[in-house]
Amino acid sequence: MTTATKSGVNMGRMVLYAALVLFCIYYLLPLYVMVVNSLKPLSEITAGGMMSLPGDWTLAPWATAWSTAQIGVDATGLKPYFVNSLVMVVPAVALSTILGALNGYVLTKWEFKGATLIFGLILFGCFIPFQMVLIPMARMLGLVGLAGSVWGLVFVHLVYGIGFSTLYFRNYYAAFPTELVRAAQIDGAGFFTIFWRILLPSSGPIAVVCIIWQFTNIWNDFLFGASFSDFDSQPMTVALNNLVQSSTGVKEYNVHFAGAIMAALPTLLVYIVAGRYFVRGLMAGSVKG
Amino acid sequence: MGFLDIDQATKSYGAVKVLHETDISVEEGEFLVLVGPSGCGKSTLLNMIAGLEEVTTGDISIKGRSMNNVKPAERNIAMVFQSYALYPNMTVKGNISFGMEMQGVAKEERERKIAEVADLLQIGQLLDRKPGQLSGGQRQRVAMGRALTREPDVFLFDEPLSNLDAKLRVDMRTEIKKLHQKLGTTIVYVTHDQIEALTLSTRIAVMFGGYVQQLGTPKEIYDNPANMFVAGFMGSPSMNLFPARIVKADGVTAAEITLGNGGTATIPFDRPALTAHEGREIILGIRPEAITDRDGADRNSNAVHVVDAPVEITEPAGSDTFVVTQMGGKDVTARFRADVDVKAGDSFPFAFNMQKAVAFDPKTEDRIA
Ligand SMILES: Nc1ncnc2c1ncn2[C@@H]1O[C@H](COP(=O)(O)OP(=O)(O)OP(=O)(O)O)[C@@H](O)[C@H]1O
Ligand SMILES: [Mg+2]
Repeated sequence: MTTATKSGVNMGRMVLYAALVLFCIYYLLPLYVMVVNSLKPLSEITAGGMMSLPGDWTLAPWATAWSTAQIGVDATGLKPYFVNSLVMVVPAVALSTILGALNGYVLTKWEFKGATLIFGLILFGCFIPFQMVLIPMARMLGLVGLAGSVWGLVFVHLVYGIGFSTLYFRNYYAAFPTELVRAAQIDGAGFFTIFWRILLPSSGPIAVVCIIWQFTNIWNDFLFGASFSDFDSQPMTVALNNLVQSSTGVKEYNVHFAGAIMAALPTLLVYIVAGRYFVRGLMAGSVKG
Repeated sequence: MGFLDIDQATKSYGAVKVLHETDISVEEGEFLVLVGPSGCGKSTLLNMIAGLEEVTTGDISIKGRSMNNVKPAERNIAMVFQSYALYPNMTVKGNISFGMEMQGVAKEERERKIAEVADLLQIGQLLDRKPGQLSGGQRQRVAMGRALTREPDVFLFDEPLSNLDAKLRVDMRTEIKKLHQKLGTTIVYVTHDQIEALTLSTRIAVMFGGYVQQLGTPKEIYDNPANMFVAGFMGSPSMNLFPARIVKADGVTAAEITLGNGGTATIPFDRPALTAHEGREIILGIRPEAITDRDGADRNSNAVHVVDAPVEITEPAGSDTFVVTQMGGKDVTARFRADVDVKAGDSFPFAFNMQKAVAFDPKTEDRIA
């Protein structure tokens, strides 16, 4: 009897694991295709061997994509655009996270008249479709002299990012004991000292969530990048598109695959490094202590 | 003009007035306890003294200086919070020294103070731990230590013991009292525990519904409650409150009481203020220890009157036996000596010490005699 149920359980487990493995393969297949094809000569792909391992392993497509591929008019490879994206994403993420934390701090611990209204408006800002702001934003950037520059993109992403980062930090700090802030006030700490010495040291998990979220969104953005940049300030996503779309000559699929992986690598890296904090941060509200 | 003066202070949140005009004057070295049920405005008043909440109207001054526009840090007060509010990311030492650091106290001086306080509260071995690694009682001590380094004019405590288990609470209560005797600093202490209030305070302000119902020494509050709320709230077991009729019996003012068996008893209750209430109903208030068995009655009282009444329940409590009977339709608890042989269902003589009895108006609930 007991052995029967036991083997029943084991059968169930096996079916479950088999299904999971299948799903896993299904999800990993595209990555596999990208990686293998970025490591073989073009002739092998055009011969129809999309799924097979490279017969002749080569890193040449990577080198081409990085430094010599034709992007738009110049044969610069993706390198300068990768740099553009980095220069755009680092300040945009850092600033929107810091400002979001400050907003959350003020909205929860220094309540003022109209705080809920302002928070409501900020939330509303999160959900305005990108397309709606394209033209007003282009005009704005032109007026302040940031049009077509990486700094213009930083500005746009910063503005869009504050909504979500404020939402994250506000909800996190709402659960942070107000008595601590009051104790610090009595101890003589000022506005920024309390933020810096009392709140920020306890904000690790939510900061990680916020950084991952902002980094992924800003790095992967295409619409703003395509709309507000010049040739020399294009981010990686737009450059990748130009590489793939360029109509001259034969389509070098292996180079395209290598470029696509390059564009995806930073976000992947951020997830791997900070992923466990990400889960912990998302859980922070529900599980106390 | 006291040391800490609360002068017609009120607090409103929008249209809701949570603290009505309050006047309290505290002398230097006093231990004032604010006591009352949840939501009565105790914390609000304490936070107003601390400067964490603004005063809506009125004034609070310390040492004759109005505090209305003075920041919490500049009021020279120290506060211990209900949750202790220890900074979770700092060690015990960091917690204690944070305030001094903010005040710009030099490093050696800080070290000296920390050592001194750690010694006083016996937390020396905990200095390098984080608050998360401490027990409730230890956290409580650290919170007190943090307050002590300031050498404040006034200590403010907001229910500092309510998160501790019963035994520890009693121990810490004694320690706080000792500390007060040793330092002599003025203390304002919030609690909803009336026993804490009675044991710790030099004066008590009983609060309810945003009003100070009565301000007085523990003895005044206990013996002469200003109204039915104070009478019922302070003391454990609480004061018996039951309806009685004021009558004239043999030329003396007396209280006529309906007993549990349907009969009535008339007890002389000779107070000049009661003559005006003749023929009317009042609420009679008398503490359990003023209703005893005949031999347990206070020999110094000149107004002990015996009433035979049916016993409903007996509750032996070791040193005493609490005996419950019905009067005016309410359960009335009497405190008998433990060795009195009394059983439920008996009719038994209850000795009322009417010197300790008080009377309230049933409508206004205010004290009339
Ligand atoms: N920010 C606020 N806005 C509106 N009402 C408030 C606010 N803070 C407190 N109150 C109200 O003020 C009243 C007094 O609150 P307070 O915190 O002083 O009560 P308390 O006597 O300390 O109670 P407890 O024993 O539960 O701590 C309560 O009715 C509460 O609902
Ligand atoms: Mg309170």
